[in-house]
Parts: sequence; C-alpha cells; structure tokens
Amino acid sequence: MSATVVHSLWTTAADPISKIPAPKIEYGQLSPTLIVVGAALVGVLVEAFVPRKSRYYAQVFVSVVALCAAFAAVVALAADGYGTTKAHIAAMGAIAVDGPSLFLQGTILLAGLVGLFTFAERRLDPAAHGNRVDSFAAQAASVPGGDSEKAAVKAGFTTTEVFPLLLFAIAGMLVFPSANDLLTLFVALEVFSLPLYLLCALARRKRLMSQEAAVKYFLLGAFASAFTLFGIALLYGYAGSVSYARIAQVVDGTVTNVDPALANTMGNDALLLLGSALIVMGLLFKVGAVPFHMWTPDVYQGAPTPVTGFMAAATKVAAFGALLRLLYVVLPGMRWDWRPVMWAVAIITMLGGAIVAITQTDIKRLLAYSSIAHAGFILAGVIATSKDGVSSVLFYLAGYSFVTIGAFAVVTLVRDAGGEATHLSKWAGLGRRSPLVAAVFAVFLLAFAGIPLTSGFAGKFAVFKAAADGGAAPLVVVGVISSAIAAFFYIRVIVLMFFSEPKPEGPTVAVPSPLTMAAIGMGVAVTLVLGVAPQYFLNLASQAGVFVR
Amino acid sequence: MENLIALLIAAPLLGAAVLLVGGRRLDAVGHWIGTLLSTVSFVFGLILFVDLLGKGAEHRTLIKHLYSWVPVAGFQADVTFRLDQLSMTFVLLITGVGSLIHLYSVGYMEHDERRRRFFGYLNLFLAAMLLLVLADNYLLLYVGWEGVGLASYLLIGFWQHKPSAATAAKKAFLVNRVGDMGLSIAIMLMFTTFGSFAFGPVLNHAGDASEGKLTAIGLMLLLAACGKSAQVPLQSWLGDAMEGPTPVSALIHAATMVTAGVYLIVRSGAVFNAAPDAQLAVTVVGAVTLLFGAIVGCAKDDIKKALAGSTMSQIGYMILAAGLGPIGYVFAIMHLVTHGFFKAGLFLGAGSVMHGMNDEVDMRKYGGLRTYMPVTFITFGLGYLAIIGFPGLSGFFSKDKIIEAAFAKGGTEGWILGGAALLGAAITAFYMTRVMLMTFFGEKRWQPDENGHEPHPHESPRVMTIPMILLAVGSVCAGGLFSIGDRFLHWLEPITGHSEGNSPLSAAAVTGATMVCLVIGVGIAWAQYGRGPVPVVAPRGSLLTRAARRDLLQDDFNHVVLVRGGEHLTRSLVYVDHTLVDGVVNGTAAGFGGLSGRLRRIQNGFARSYAVSMFGGAALLVAATLLMRAV
Repeated sequence: MSATVVHSLWTTAADPISKIPAPKIEYGQLSPTLIVVGAALVGVLVEAFVPRKSRYYAQVFVSVVALCAAFAAVVALAADGYGTTKAHIAAMGAIAVDGPSLFLQGTILLAGLVGLFTFAERRLDPAAHGNRVDSFAAQAASVPGGDSEKAAVKAGFTTTEVFPLLLFAIAGMLVFPSANDLLTLFVALEVFSLPLYLLCALARRKRLMSQEAAVKYFLLGAFASAFTLFGIALLYGYAGSVSYARIAQVVDGTVTNVDPALANTMGNDALLLLGSALIVMGLLFKVGAVPFHMWTPDVYQGAPTPVTGFMAAATKVAAFGALLRLLYVVLPGMRWDWRPVMWAVAIITMLGGAIVAITQTDIKRLLAYSSIAHAGFILAGVIATSKDGVSSVLFYLAGYSFVTIGAFAVVTLVRDAGGEATHLSKWAGLGRRSPLVAAVFAVFLLAFAGIPLTSGFAGKFAVFKAAADGGAAPLVVVGVISSAIAAFFYIRVIVLMFFSEPKPEGPTVAVPSPLTMAAIGMGVAVTLVLGVAPQYFLNLASQAGVFVR
Repeated sequence: MENLIALLIAAPLLGAAVLLVGGRRLDAVGHWIGTLLSTVSFVFGLILFVDLLGKGAEHRTLIKHLYSWVPVAGFQADVTFRLDQLSMTFVLLITGVGSLIHLYSVGYMEHDERRRRFFGYLNLFLAAMLLLVLADNYLLLYVGWEGVGLASYLLIGFWQHKPSAATAAKKAFLVNRVGDMGLSIAIMLMFTTFGSFAFGPVLNHAGDASEGKLTAIGLMLLLAACGKSAQVPLQSWLGDAMEGPTPVSALIHAATMVTAGVYLIVRSGAVFNAAPDAQLAVTVVGAVTLLFGAIVGCAKDDIKKALAGSTMSQIGYMILAAGLGPIGYVFAIMHLVTHGFFKAGLFLGAGSVMHGMNDEVDMRKYGGLRTYMPVTFITFGLGYLAIIGFPGLSGFFSKDKIIEAAFAKGGTEGWILGGAALLGAAITAFYMTRVMLMTFFGEKRWQPDENGHEPHPHESPRVMTIPMILLAVGSVCAGGLFSIGDRFLHWLEPITGHSEGNSPLSAAAVTGATMVCLVIGVGIAWAQYGRGPVPVVAPRGSLLTRAARRDLLQDDFNHVVLVRGGEHLTRSLVYVDHTLVDGVVNGTAAGFGGLSGRLRRIQNGFARSYAVSMFGGAALLVAATLLMRAV
C-alpha cells in the first residue's frame, strides 16, 4: 500500500470501503519468497508436532526442499524474461521483480542452501552421551556451564529451531534487495536481522562469547535500525511518499504537487540529504563498512561458525542489493551529493579492513576484517553509477559468497579439545598434516586475495574496471593498494599452513559428513569456475544489471 | 617429391623419440636403429639430389608447406621447408657425414652402457640440424638453431659424471645463449622492418630497407654466427667442448653444427650485400678467428684441442669468405663441405688413436704410432694433406679459392685479408704437421699409467675404420670434383650469386704464394718436431706459446671482464636492493603493521564505544552530505 493511501484513510474515515483498491498480488512472481516463508512456518509446526527424534531430519528435509524449490522458481522467473523484458513492480508497488532482484535472490538461495549444509553438520563434535550433536547449543535457554545445560546435553536435546530461523532470515533477505518502498525495506531488514541475532547466540561451545556477540549485534543493530527508520521518516516528509519511484520523481523535480498535510516539509532538500544519509548509514552498517563495522569482528568471532559463514555471505548480498537499488533507483538525481561521501567511505573501508587485519591472531576475526575490506571493494563498484557497476557488483557478490561460506566451513573442521581451534598459531603446519584441507583453504585465501584463476580475481577486476570507467580511478588505486596489503595476511596464513613446523599438540582435522564436504566442494567449484571461465556468468550479471523503475 | 623433405627430418626425429622414450629394452639394438634412420635420411637426401639435378637450374627450389604454425593476423609463421641448392648441399653433408659417424660410434661407444641414449641424442641432433637448414623462415630456423644447441649441450656433457664434461656443457650452453640472443633480436628486427621473417619477403626486399636497419640486422646475425660457430669473441666454448665423446666432436663440433653460422650468413646474403659495414665486420671476425684458432692450435698438446683450434681457424676462413659477399659465398660453402670431410676424418682418426691408447689425449705420450695403426695413419695422413692444402687434395682447391677471393676484395682491405689468409695457411701447415709428427712419427713415448697398465696401441675395428676410409676418400676427391669445371660454382650460383672481384694478383701468383707458405710451415714444424726427439714434458716455451696454451687468455679475459664485472654489478645491485628497495618495502610494511596495532586498540570490545563510533560516523556522513550540497 502506498503512503498516500494510508494518509487518506486517516482523513476520510467516513467513507473507507470504496477508497481502498483491492490489493493485487502477483503470487507467481513473489513465489520464491513465499515458498521460503511457507517452509519456515512449516518448520515452526514441525517443532511443535514432530517427535524430537525425527525433528532434525524433518527440518533438514523441509529446508532443503524449500530452498531448492525457491531457487527453481527464481530460475523459472528469469527464464520467463522477468529479469529483462518483463521486469516490473509487483505487489502494489512494494516489490520489484527485475534482473538484480532475481540474480541476488538466486545467489542468496544458493548461499542459503550451502549454509544450510553447514548448519546440518553433525559429525564434527564428538557424540555427547550417544547423541550426534551439531554446532548449536543443546538448549538455548540453559545457563552456560550450569546444571540445566548438562541435563539438556545428557538428554540429547538439539536446537532444531535453527532451521526455521534460517529460513525466516533467508525470506527477509530475499525481500530486502527487491523492496521497492521504504517500509518494505525496513520490514525486510528486521525480518532477516532478528533471526540472525538469535542464531548468533546459539553456539554449543564458548557459549558466553556467543551470547555476548548476539547481545552486541542486537544492540548495535537496533541502534542502526533506529537511524534507518528516522531516515525513512525524513524522506517521507520530503517526498510525501515511501515509494521508490515517487521519491525519485520528487528528487528529479518531475513531481512537485504538494500534499496539503506536508506543505512545510515537502521538497525541503535538508530532509532529503539527512534522510538519505541516515538510510544509507543503516545499510552500510549491514554490509560492515567503516566506521559502522565495529560489530563485525566480535560477532563473527562469537557466533557459531556456520552462522558466521552464512551471515557473512548472505547478509552482504542482501544489503548490497538494497544499497544498489536505493542509490540507483531512488537517489540517482542526487548522485553528486552522495558520490563523494561514498568515495570516502569506500576508501576508509578498504584501507581500514586491510590494515587492521594484519595484526589479527584469530582466523575468524581475520576473516571478519577481510570481509570489511571486501565491502570496500564492492562499494567501489557501487560508486561507478553505471550498468557495468551494477553487474560487476552482482558478479562479485556471487563469487564472494561462496568463497566465504567455504572458508568458514573449513574453519569448522580444524578442531582441538576446546572445539574449533581458531587461533592462528594452531594452524601452523596444517599443510603437512592435512594437505587437502590446507590446499582447499589456500584456494579460498587466494580467491580472497584476488589471485587470477579464482573468482576473486574476476570479481575484483570487474569491479575495479567499472569504477575506473565510472571516473573513480583514484579509488581503484587505493583499492589495488589495499589488495596488496590484504594479500599479505592471506598469504601469511598460507605460509603458516605449509611452511611452518606443525606443533606437537596441534589441532586435528575432523572428517565431516557429506554435507560439509558438499558445502566446501561447491565453494571450491564456484571459485574455480568463476575464475577460469567467468564469461558466461559475467554475461548473466550484465543482462541482470538493469533496475526496473 | 616435396613430401620427402618432411620425411628427411622425420626419420631422425622418429629415431630420437624411439630411442629416448623406448627405454632399456632397446639397449641391444638402439645403436643400429639410430644408424639405420640416419642412413634412411641420407638416402632420401640422395633421391632429392638426383631429382634436383634432373631439373633446370632455375627450378631447383622445392617448397613444402607442412602446416600453419602461428596463424595470427599480422604474424604468420608457417612450418614450411625450402630445399634449394644451398640446403641440399647441407642435407647431403649432414646426413652423409652423420651416417658415417653413426656407424663409427657403434664401435667407439661399444663399451658405454648408455650407448642407446647417445644415439638418441645424435638422431636428435640430425633432426634439429636438418630443420635448421631446411626452414623457410627465420623463426623455424631458430627452432632448429636451439635444437642443435640442446643436442650439443647434451652430447658435450654426455659423460656428465666427469665434472669437466658437465662444466664444458654448461659453458657451451651459456656462451651460445649470447649468440642466440643475437639471432632472436635479428628476427625481431626483421619483423619490424619487413613485417615478416620468411626468407622470401626478407631477402627479396632487403634492398628496400634502410642501410642502418640492415646493418643492425647483419650485426645481430653475425653475433648469432659467432656463438654457434665459435668465432671471436664467442669462441671460448669450443675447446672445452672436446670433453664430449670424439664422434660428437667430429660430427657436431667440426663438420656440421659449428658451420651453422656460415650457413646463416650465406643464406642471409641479400641482407649483407646491402650492408657493407656488417660485411666488413664479418670479414674482420673471420680473419681474426682464423689466426686466433691457428695460433691456439700450435700450442696444444691435447690432440683434440689442437684439432679444435684448427676447426675454429678453418671456420674463420669460411666466415671470412662469407663476409666477402658474392665473391666468396660459393667458396665459403665449398670449403665448408671439404672441411666437413677432412676434419671429420681427422677427428675420427684422433678418436681411433685414443681408442687404441687407453683414451690418452696428450700427443707428447704418443709417437711412432704409424706402424701400430696403419689404417688410421693413412686416413689421418690423407686428411692432414687435405687440410694443409697439398696440391690436388680437397683443401688445396677450396682454401686456395678463399685466399684468392680475399685478395679479390680489392684495396687495402684485400691486401690485409689476403695476407691474413696466407699467414693462416702457413700456420695451418705448421700445427697440422706438428700433430702428425708427434702422433705417428718419432720414438714411442707412451708410459704405463698410474695403475701400471701400459697402453697396447692397436688398430680399431672395421666398423670404425670404414667410415674413416670413406671420409678419407672424400677428403682426397671432393675438392677436385667440385672445382674442375667449376661444378660447385654453377650448382650454387643461382642461390648465392657470384662475382669475380678484381684481384691485384693472378690466380697462379696466389697459388704460388700459398705453396711457399705451405712449405715454410711444414719445414718449421719438421725442424722443431721431426728432426729430434719430442720431450714428454712440455718445455716452458715463449710468452706467446704459454698464452696460446691458455687459449690466448680467452678465459682469463672473460673472467676478469665478464665474471668479475658481473659480480661487481650484482653486488652493487644487491646493495641497492638491500638498503633502498628493502628499506622502502620493510618501512612500508612496518608502518602498516604499527598502524594496524594502533587502530586495533579502537576495537575494545565495549558495545557502548562501538555505538559511539557509529553515531560519530553517522554524524560525519550527514555532515559530509550536507557539506557537498553547500559546496
């Protein structure tokens, strides 16, 4: 529903029925989201009605089927031409079904599927009292280290709620980049954020750290949401509407008719600037750009590693999608205002992430700072403000998400008595003891570093090329310097794994089930395919690079 | 008929592949496979030769396009072979002498357990050398050029268990790289000048290019020729290359590969004809080398090294002739062929002597061998007479022509070059007579070695003597066969062109002067080594002798100028690298590390301070956006 309708509801309550148009919902075009939401609800029912012993299997089954079906729906829509010629705005102007939406939804669903595999892994931790356990707390409400926890572990409880939570988060992420009005944007933001806050708190090991991470994430996330919501209010005051198309028209000056109730604020540029800056800030928080990045290392480190991997990949995809749509659809008319600011953000994000990563000693924190630096690289593509900029960002996100999930999946394998051995010193000599695992991780690190024949190189090249063509050559120079700095700590890990003596009491590498193997395998495969033969996917991203307005 | 050209190369290539890949199961028959395929190649060559003879002089060029090698727009390289009178001459020399030396090696390498591999390398050499002379463009020629370099490296170092052989192989390879660089630069220059490196476009349009560019191309080609043909200043590797088995020295380092430089210059005649400065440089290199090699040859007591000096000197003659332009091209090639016969024969003779003398190479420990090895003595003796230019034998005809041509250059240059060539002839007579006398005449001087084994000189088996006899026949007859009726001149003239020049001396005068030089050289040698006993321990000798024993200080020169200079350059570069470059790099790294450590402290773990930073960031974001609008 558009905001004008809401407004007239308020003022003409006497004659309500005739003024409300019957909402027209294109269920077919929204089917990917609807399938995932439906499956999440089924998951809730599974929790309620299926016996404890079979819940895990039921949940995994429901989730896998839902994600595959949703992905099939995305592919069907794209094949039907909704990504290009038939792109339009569905659900009364709330959801855009176009190339970027479908591309990013497809990416999120695949990343979600791979993430799901790591969620469902139950062979890494030793069996507790004869029960196979996953990475999640036996009972989230029990006090860490307390009697209730021991009892829950002994009883073989598992938190199978993670699967519906994951599906809810994915559903929100599917809506986020395709939201075509500010309210839908905000609702989607909260729909995917709240399950993530919960998931972060559910680690089986190091529970206090996990809960601390969740609380921090929640507090800061709520803080950022408040800014976003305030920005939305200001933009509504400026344009008299929350619809993207309408705001864009007001920014361009093609629509100037003043809503009587907003006569004092409409068209006031101060509101536009303040509002857009605050909304952009909310999105920059989600992508982890400096200086809104401080939650990232703490949360990435504290959250259960499968959650970290999923969150690092899918949140970034969804948030960059939303950022792209906001900047390209709503605010293209004021790009001379936001481009210099985004330049600055991109530069400090690239440099900040790369520089602070140098001195990290924990592999998960290292990857967190690496993800900050990557956010900077992607921002460089966003700033290009061209079709190439959009498609390069889409390509980068697709490649990056698989590398990230794969890398965190490898982190789950390296374990000692205390669970995952994430301190870098424990990874010394891993290449001697487990050459395959170390080699796979080396592939991911090389992809992060942007070495040719990996997806990282193709993506970085596309993004930097788009930025340079878009007149941001200095940004590219900073990007390349940052890449050089970043290469140092990626290569250092490789050196550590392959050229250091293994420590006698070092960690062991667990043999995972086919689920994690599939996740890692897909990560390697996508990384190499996008690196060796990127052209097909670059074309795909290029076709998908046009927003519907 | 054109297909035979490809088969000509394919036969030894197949041999190399079979012998090197086949493994130990071929040990028993490998040498015969190698010899057979080499002979097959020779037979193909003969068939082609007969075919060419049957055609008119204008139609004696066969082109075989095998496939397109690098089909890129603007950069076409094809695998195309060209068989004309020049390459035909080389094909017969390479496969003919090559087959004889294969046969000889069957006996010479009999007790070597890696004989199969040796024949594989020999076949590889034949294939590469044939590719070199049959290529129709310089890029394909370069492949053959590198191929013979590789084969040469492998064969010099064939007895790699000897450190001296391994070092010699490496030295040959490195020095050759310098020459190869010249060839590759020449090819690049050709491509930028003519837009192609095929013989047709380059040689037919050589006159269109500027003289400066042609001189540059010519000098680079000369550098290449110096490397491959062991000419001053890249001569230092040839003496050490004698560490290889003697058949290798005969085939590669006397008869064929080392003459590739002469082929390159003659083939590129059109370029040199239009670049007189480059031509002059070629003649200077030739004249200097022919004296250099001859002087070195006089002082060596190692029979193979004496012959190596001689090879260097004789190739100097050829290079000199090639530098004279159309006056000399034909004679350069003619001397090349006759030299191929008699020098291969001499080396095989030397090998036969060593075979009978427990691999002793010091001529001071030979003496009086003529009665023990009659066949070797006679064949070696005929080769000796041929090389010193004894009237009627091969060397007499071919060398005499070169000396005539040098005088025919005209002017002061002609006198200087002709004088050098004459002097060279005298020195040749001296050192070859010295080798002959020290080896086959006088008292026997051999002694038991440290294990008490006294050598029992004996004649070599027939498989070795037959090639020697055949080569001796070539040494005797080839010159006359070529020269009487100017047969060789008429055969090659359509390719190389020919002009008589204007000699200040008559042919008879030159021949007379050559004869005088010959007699003087032989006379001095006889006076020194024939009249009295030869001391077993070499006397101290004059300054020149001592210098010549050290190859006229070539290695000392290289060591001081190149090795020391290179070391100093390296050291100074390392210094710059350590202080300046590393300083900047490490300083940057340390700077980022320090910055990282400081920035890290901002991340203090308190949600409140994170929120403050977010708030500050938001404030900055808003302020900056507003500021942008205000500006």
